[in-house]
Amino acid sequence: MGAQLRVLRGKIKSVTSTAKITRAQELIATSRITKAQERVALSKPYSDKITRALTALVSHRPGINHPLLNEQPEDKRSAVVVITSDRGFCGGYNSNVIREAEALQALLREQGREPVPYVIGTKGVTWYTFRDRELGGEWVGFSGQPDFASAERVGRKLVEDFLKTDAEGGVGEIHVVYTEFVSMLTQEVQVKRLLPLQLEDVERVDGPLPSYDFEPSAETALDLLLPNYLESRIFHMLLQGAASEHAARRRAMKSATDNANDLIGLYSRQANQARQAEITQEISEIVGGADALADAGRGE
Amino acid sequence: MAIRVALVSPEREVWAGQAEMVVAQTIEGEIGIRTGHAPVLGVLVDGSVVKIFPEGGEVIVAAVGSGFFSVADNEVSVLAEQAELGAEIDLAEAREALATAQAAGDGDNPQAVAERRARARLRAAGADV
Repeated sequence: MGAQLRVLRGKIKSVTSTAKITRAQELIATSRITKAQERVALSKPYSDKITRALTALVSHRPGINHPLLNEQPEDKRSAVVVITSDRGFCGGYNSNVIREAEALQALLREQGREPVPYVIGTKGVTWYTFRDRELGGEWVGFSGQPDFASAERVGRKLVEDFLKTDAEGGVGEIHVVYTEFVSMLTQEVQVKRLLPLQLEDVERVDGPLPSYDFEPSAETALDLLLPNYLESRIFHMLLQGAASEHAARRRAMKSATDNANDLIGLYSRQANQARQAEITQEISEIVGGADALADAGRGE
Repeated sequence: MAIRVALVSPEREVWAGQAEMVVAQTIEGEIGIRTGHAPVLGVLVDGSVVKIFPEGGEVIVAAVGSGFFSVADNEVSVLAEQAELGAEIDLAEAREALATAQAAGDGDNPQAVAERRARARLRAAGADV
């Protein structure tokens, strides 16, 4: 077998096994998107109800005051929470989020603030630690299938740092950069301000709100509701991120599989050509050899 | 006359349906809610038990963590960051969780919460604590 043909057969074999892997990844990602969407749907009743309760509470007590609602103009540090994935193989998912986060940090610096990244997901953490950037916090290990306990951990730390001043290593405001799952084909990077909470953020609900009594008091209720509301928002963002991650992975793996199949086609054609060239050459060598022998015989 | 009840955790809707009465624990004591109750927004004891009395059925007991309940328009919503039905709790596993919480507990706040939650889960599962 000729050298060219051997090389081509080797390439076909390796591309075929790559295609098998990417195809399997594509199928896994597809089934995970559905699961992630189900989880988004399952989390909806809680977030709707807590939003409604908070709206009712706040619209009842217009002058209500809470540290989580207050602007902190004296604190110049801003947290930028970046939600990335733990695993690669998902196309531009992580680089899109990180690019947006960098743009936001540049903007904050222009405004004379000091951005501090808080990173969720191994890919983001690696990106920032490789560049020797100081991280306010890092969480890994749940990007594909976030559970509420993770959102709670993130929320606790953010609230804690928000309530501290600059000097104690706290922050004055918190922004989140994450990917919203719009559809199977579209995922959009979003930048949202998480804290201080803007009451306009709390969506308007239809119809009159019931006039609640509070047990034990409105202040205690607010103390509980605000962090829980925050954690539910973070959970929502993590779930959206997970769904987007799987969608991005599915798309990346699909184009990788398509690409591999194209390559297999190309290499097969080249291999066939090489094989035919080899056969033709062998025939012409045999014929040439026979002619030469016949000529030699005649010459004697 | 029944009242609509929804027991919801951030990860899923744990139980929803019609009930005669719901009993929840607040910091100030137990509160029972029947149909036509005035609108209330109450804070649940972290690591307590919510009882739902459905129409003509067995009492449903659930263990809840940090959360609150709201009553409005003849509907009770119990929202807890951790919520589990007693029937779904594995007794052996819950006992173990309590033992771990007790071993770790030295009166420190988060651990005391973990212990209370573990006790609530056991109570919801029907064990004596």
